[in-house]
Amino acid sequence: MSVPPLPEVPAVAAPTPAAMVAKQPSAAPLLPRPRRGGLMPWVIAILIALVVVAAAGGLALRNLAANARADLAAAVTVQVIEPNPDLRSQRGAAAVGVLRGIDLVRAVRLVPESELAALLEPWLGAAATSGDVPIPVLIDVTLTRKASPAEIAAIETRLAARIPGARVEAQSEVLKPVYRALAALQWLALGLIVLVALATAAAVWLAARNALAQHRETVEILHLLGGTDSQITRIFLAAVLREAAFGAMVGTALGLGAVWLLGQQFAALDSGMAGGGALMLADWLAIAAVPLAGVLLALATARMTIALALKDML
Amino acid sequence: MNERSGEIVKFDNVGLRYGTDPEVLSNLSFTLYPGSFYFLTGASGAGKTSLLKLLYLAQRPSRGAIRMFGQDLMTMPRERLPGLRRQLGVVFQNFRLVPHLTAFDNVALPLRLAGADEGRVTKAVSDMLEWVGLAHRGQAIPATMSGGEQQRVAIARAVIARPRMLIADEPTGNVDPEMALKLLRLFEALNNRVGTTVVVATHDVHLLKKVPDSLIMRLSKGQLSDPTGALRFPPRPSGAPGGRA
Repeated sequence: MSVPPLPEVPAVAAPTPAAMVAKQPSAAPLLPRPRRGGLMPWVIAILIALVVVAAAGGLALRNLAANARADLAAAVTVQVIEPNPDLRSQRGAAAVGVLRGIDLVRAVRLVPESELAALLEPWLGAAATSGDVPIPVLIDVTLTRKASPAEIAAIETRLAARIPGARVEAQSEVLKPVYRALAALQWLALGLIVLVALATAAAVWLAARNALAQHRETVEILHLLGGTDSQITRIFLAAVLREAAFGAMVGTALGLGAVWLLGQQFAALDSGMAGGGALMLADWLAIAAVPLAGVLLALATARMTIALALKDML
Repeated sequence: MNERSGEIVKFDNVGLRYGTDPEVLSNLSFTLYPGSFYFLTGASGAGKTSLLKLLYLAQRPSRGAIRMFGQDLMTMPRERLPGLRRQLGVVFQNFRLVPHLTAFDNVALPLRLAGADEGRVTKAVSDMLEWVGLAHRGQAIPATMSGGEQQRVAIARAVIARPRMLIADEPTGNVDPEMALKLLRLFEALNNRVGTTVVVATHDVHLLKKVPDSLIMRLSKGQLSDPTGALRFPPRPSGAPGGRA
C-alpha cells in the first residue's frame, strides 16, 4: 500500500502563551459557547443591581448629611423662655438687639409667633394658638462662619447678662443624632457592598470550578497537546468575561432603574432635606464604575480559581 | 545521558502505582533511540496504557528516573512540560478528540497551541486531512464521524506538528484490517521520512509482522521483557534517520 508524501507543515514559533487566544477570532472557540440560560450572568446581574442601589443610597446619604451640615454649621437658635407674654416679647426684642451687636453674627430673624404656632400645632393642637401654653421666643441667628463651642458660650453669656432665660443652641448639635443615623446608614451601605462583592466572588468561584469540571476532558487534551496553563486560563477567562459583562450590563440597568424610581419618590416629597441627597456627577461616575469593578472582580476570582485548579493537574 | 549520545527516552528503575494500590509498572529500565519504530505489546491489563501515559507526560512515575530529549523529567517544573509535550504526538486509545470542534479544528490544535500563523495552519491542516483521506470531512464534528474517521483525525492531529516522538495507543483497534494497514503505513512514512520515533501499543500480534525492522517491547504484569534485544542495544546505528534503512 503506497502512502503519499507527508504534507508540509508551517514553521512553529517559540511557544507564546497568548498565541492561541489571539487567533481565536479566526478559529473555533476551544470551549463551547455556554447557553444564555446559564445562571452565572443572572446571579451577577442581581448582585450588581444590589451594589448599584446600595452605592447610590450610600452616596445620597453622604450628600444629604454633608449639605445639612453645611447649612447648619454656621447657625444657632436662641430661645427666650418667659411665661409672661408681654415680658417675653420685650426680652425677645432685646435679645435681637444684643445679637445684632455681636461681630460674629451676620443675620438675625425673630421667628413670628404665628409661624411658631403653625409649627407646634401638629403636636399641641389648638393649645398652640390659645396662649395657654407659654411658647418661647425663637430667634434664628446666622453667623459669619462656623462657631466654636467657646464662641457660642460667649454669645450665651452676653445674652444672659441682659436677658434672663435666654439659651443658645447650635443647630448642628440638635441634629447630631440624625447625623449619626445617616452615618450608620452609610456604613450599612458600604457593608452591603462588601458582602455583595464577596457573594459575587463566591458565585464566580463556584461557576469557574463547575466550568473546569465540566470541561475537564478538554482541558486535559489541551494540556497533553502542549497547552500551557496560561493559554487554558485565558480560554476560560474569555468565557467568564462574556458572562460577567452581560450580567454587569443587565444588573446596572436594573439598579439604575431602581435608583431612578427611588429618586422620583423622594423628589415627590418636596423636602429640602431630601433634596440635599441628590447625586452629583462624581457620584454617577462612581456608580458607573460598579459594573466595571464587578467584571474585574469576576475575572480576578476566575483567574485565581482556574490557576489553582490547573496546578493540581500535571 | 542526553540525545547527543543517541537516546531519546531513558527509563531507569521506574515504578508506577495509583494511590495506595500495588505498582502497575515495576522496575522499568530501558532506552528508546531516535528514529526507531517500537511496538509495545502485552495482554490487556499488562500496563501498556500506563507506560504510554508516562511517555506522553500524563503521569509522573512513583519512583525511578525518566529522561526525555535529554531532560530530567523528575526535577522538571510543570511549567516546562508544555514545551516537551509539543515535541510529542499522541494517538489516544479513545482518540480524545475535542467533541465540539470540527475535524479541521481538532487537527489544527497542536499548531494553534504552538502559535503557528493561522494562514499556514489552514493550508497545513487541509493537506493533512487530505493525507489521511478526510479532506471531505473537515467540517464534521467527531460525533458524526465513524470510529475509523475519528481515528484518522486523531492520527492527523498527532503528526501535524512533526513530533519527534509519536506515541499511539491501540491505533488500529477500531478499524478494519485494510485501514489498520494503511494507518501503519502512515506511521512508517513518518518514521522513515521525518525520522520520528514511533511507539505503538497493540495487543494484535499480527500487526507486528507488518512493519519490518520494528522493535518489540513486551509488558507482562507491569514488567518489561525484550524479545528483540532492542532495549539493550541501539537499533542499527547505520542509516538515517534513526538508524533504520
